[in-house]
Amino acid sequence: MDNIFFTLHEFLLHTENFTYLLIVATLVGIAGFWYFLTGGDED
Amino acid sequence: MSQEATTANRSFITPFNIIASIIVLIGLFLTVRRFSGGLGAVTNLSDNNAWGIWIGFDLLTGVALAAGGYVTAAAVYIFGMKKYHSAVRPAVLTGFLGYALVVLALHYDVGRPWRLPYPFVVQQGTTSVLFEVAACVALYLTVLFLEFSPAALEWLGLKRARNLAVKFTLVLVVFGIILSTLHQSSLGALFLIAPSKLHPLWYSSFIPIYFFVSSIIAGLSMVIFESTLSYRFFSSKMDETHLKEKDDIALGFGKAAAYVIAGYIAIQIMGLGADNDWHLLGSLYGLWYLVELFGFFGVSCLLYAIGAREKNLKLIRWTAAWTVLGVIMNRFNVSLIAFNWQLPSSDRYFPSWMEIGISVFLVTLGLIAFRFIVTRMPILYEHPDYRDAHRAKGGS
Repeated sequence: MDNIFFTLHEFLLHTENFTYLLIVATLVGIAGFWYFLTGGDED
Repeated sequence: MSQEATTANRSFITPFNIIASIIVLIGLFLTVRRFSGGLGAVTNLSDNNAWGIWIGFDLLTGVALAAGGYVTAAAVYIFGMKKYHSAVRPAVLTGFLGYALVVLALHYDVGRPWRLPYPFVVQQGTTSVLFEVAACVALYLTVLFLEFSPAALEWLGLKRARNLAVKFTLVLVVFGIILSTLHQSSLGALFLIAPSKLHPLWYSSFIPIYFFVSSIIAGLSMVIFESTLSYRFFSSKMDETHLKEKDDIALGFGKAAAYVIAGYIAIQIMGLGADNDWHLLGSLYGLWYLVELFGFFGVSCLLYAIGAREKNLKLIRWTAAWTVLGVIMNRFNVSLIAFNWQLPSSDRYFPSWMEIGISVFLVTLGLIAFRFIVTRMPILYEHPDYRDAHRAKGGS
């Protein structure tokens, strides 16, 4: 991450974009995690 | 509940008693030295390093590890998970003793401990986060004492007082959860004022949330850890209900901990992204941060998930111990290792043997008190006079 940020707006745009992507990845990941965790409960 | 040898037949000369006695004697000597010679006579604290292991371990770690009380009470009384009911009293006892020792440790650390009641009666200092921490810890210690009191009253045979104390359970649980949420997060908020002193990988505006979520992780893990040790050393005190439910408790709490740790890791990574701190991961501190986050919390999450999925109790119990270490490591990192990280080595802090001695002394006092209470009071078993009490009220 070698970006140079000249304004606070640029910094926040970059970081918040990334954070939103992380949030989506987390939601998908948690669903998969739940599926894995409850895999042993089928019986 | 089986009866073993009476107290009168048991010898005092056991390995635990000998080691504990030595620790207590050294601790008493160090206590006299601390209060007669001042902080400088015992500690390596300085103007640069005002908070040492008495804060980092006894306070921050102690409060986190005592979180099992509110977590278990919330699970049973708020979320209605009655199958964990037998875990409530041991968890509340651990919490009560934990917070009591936190307050005792605080007496050693502050310069004028006789002024501890001042925020309530002289000058509040409401602009300080510590005022809120002090108020919440004091109130929560009271709540824990009242939550613990039915067990003591049953032991003393005070039926009416016991029945009155039990009536307040739900109010106390709700109040306890509110107070715990407040002070667990506020202990993290203490570091918000020092962004230049705390390494950026640990410093975040979300640090109060990190502390609160990791306290839940610590609480869940400590309940499993404490129940494992209680079964190892006090299984003769456990009744049928406790023996039957302990495995379900480990499985259920392990599963819950897997989810919470996964969420914790996610918000930690989001915090890294929000502050754009990725480039710091390549440093030595970055490596240490990754060891904490993935080596301890990440591995714990994975092992809890595998253990819960395959119903592997042994794996869950070992993971609980590993997770407790991870939380201890996090608190140490925030308060000691990553704190004042920019200072030269000559100005960095390392505790003196006397500070370590006092901390070990306090933990030993806690273990002695725990053993005394668990071997005498109805913590791991239901008192025969009240065996059907919670079942009659629609309990488990």
